[in-house]
Amino acid sequence: MCGIAGLIHRGKSSNVGSELQGMLQALKHRGEDSTGYALYGDTDGKNFIMRFKVGENVGEGSSSVMEDVSVYDERKKIVDQTLSEMGAKIVKEERTLPYSLRYEVDYETKDLLDFSQRIESIPGVEILSMGKSLEVIKDLGNAKMVCDRYSLDKLVGTHAIGHARMATESGVDIKSAHPFWGYPFSDVSVVHNGQLTNYWNNRRVLENKGMRFMSECDSELIAVYIAQKMREGASLEEGMKDSLTGLDGVFTYFVATKDSLGMAKDTMAAKPLVLYESDDLVAMGSEEIAIRSVLPHEIDTYDPFDGEVKVWQI
Amino acid sequence: MANIKTSEKKSKAQSMGMHTEVLTGRTQQKFFNPDEAENFYYFGTYDVDFNKRTDLDVMNMSAPEANKEIDNLMSQGYGTIVIKNPQGKHSLGVGILNKLNLIFEGSLGYFGMGSCDGPIVRINGRVGWSCAENLMAGKVVIEKNAGSCFGAAIRGGDLICKGSVGARTGIDMKGGTIIIGGDAGAFTGFMMQRGRIIILGDVGINLGDSMYDGTIFVGGEIGSYGSDAVDAELTSSDQDWLRRKLKVAEIGEDFDISKMKKIVAGKKLWNYDNLEPTEKKGAI
Repeated sequence: MCGIAGLIHRGKSSNVGSELQGMLQALKHRGEDSTGYALYGDTDGKNFIMRFKVGENVGEGSSSVMEDVSVYDERKKIVDQTLSEMGAKIVKEERTLPYSLRYEVDYETKDLLDFSQRIESIPGVEILSMGKSLEVIKDLGNAKMVCDRYSLDKLVGTHAIGHARMATESGVDIKSAHPFWGYPFSDVSVVHNGQLTNYWNNRRVLENKGMRFMSECDSELIAVYIAQKMREGASLEEGMKDSLTGLDGVFTYFVATKDSLGMAKDTMAAKPLVLYESDDLVAMGSEEIAIRSVLPHEIDTYDPFDGEVKVWQI
Repeated sequence: MANIKTSEKKSKAQSMGMHTEVLTGRTQQKFFNPDEAENFYYFGTYDVDFNKRTDLDVMNMSAPEANKEIDNLMSQGYGTIVIKNPQGKHSLGVGILNKLNLIFEGSLGYFGMGSCDGPIVRINGRVGWSCAENLMAGKVVIEKNAGSCFGAAIRGGDLICKGSVGARTGIDMKGGTIIIGGDAGAFTGFMMQRGRIIILGDVGINLGDSMYDGTIFVGGEIGSYGSDAVDAELTSSDQDWLRRKLKVAEIGEDFDISKMKKIVAGKKLWNYDNLEPTEKKGAI
């Protein structure tokens, strides 16, 4: 039982970091092994923002193995060197935690596949997100703990999706936490509530097509599946509709891109979702109390039906 | 200990493997002895006055605190309670075994009004999953939409949603009536065993899947029929009953009842015998 939440402001920006924190904190009873945010901030769109990790959080409850901080430093050095070799210039660098970094990178490319493969060929390094607007931040603990740790409450942007995780089929670690980046697509992220039963079959097919998986979390499949469909020329909505038959199991998931937010619900409607939609705001979550944290006044909400796919633009 | 007498009269049910039992014996007779009425006590019930009204703001209360306060107000004789600021909280109004007018000025989260027996409830908002689960008697009216598993396993009473509802409405219901003013999702009436569901709008796939008994009336389009759900003739008595129910529910005033579809169990999945599990082993 995990909780997911998302919101999109249409035609304006807002403090989406703080808003999503409130929504996810309201869902913390659905799981607080880890919490993740995919925030689409207001940027000038010139540089890529790369969020990556060079190690795991090995705090209380973690299933990761302890490593010396010097290992993280060594990995960071190799990342810096690799970026330099690829002609990517680090414009701004932030090291929020010993294992978690944020780079603003000046890099001219349309295909991030080669870029990502080279960075992630460094052992222990994983790109959490890559995009001109997207920033994926995920770590162990509940929404408030992660928000405070990364100072997310000040982030202003147009839309965001997030996930409160109760670890079931994979470890309590950052690599299994949501959201997942839609590798290798810039600014694509996914959160999911449910279980996928044809994970390995799909994973084998997608790996043969050159896609990468960083965890054994079934939810990662959705990000990779959608990304592959988009790589083949499908629109976001087409890829999501295709997933209703391509993915087997029970699921409700959100996908976000630089300028849109979408939801899909499986044909059994087995996983919850409550939706509020107005001209200037769409907010949705596993439970209405998530929406109430941003809209405390009386509102009209509804449950999307089975097999429903919806996409909204900013 | 009660003796079990088997009826000698053969019936179609018996020929299908079921049998009718008449319970007799000292225990039964004593339990239903009207001379001992003072021994009958329904735990958690109070004498209330419907004209005695109060408001309860639950904005800063947890669900257990709010439910406890409702119980406390009933114990003071309040028969009409208006709940302010429910704010989508889960499990509000559960386990009320009383006659009571309960009004929610707002929306409820999951499991609202679960396991109730008797109250008349109006919710001026939306409800989340599993609203009025196991309702035994009374009436619950929702002015807006409802989530999935609406009226799961209800035994009796009237459950009315004026908007649309999610998937698995009336799953496992064993009695009572569910009335939906809008559309309903997939697997409506899944494994229902008795009772009636009325949907004025469209309904999703697998309607009445594996239903054992009961009746579903649909006014709009049906996504698909579930296993063993079949059409039946809409009789004039059905139409009379529908007209009465919709009037009580205060919805569908202008609805053309004669065009509704009636769905019942085909009973091809019925597979009963009169062997006990241990006897079955021996037979195998």
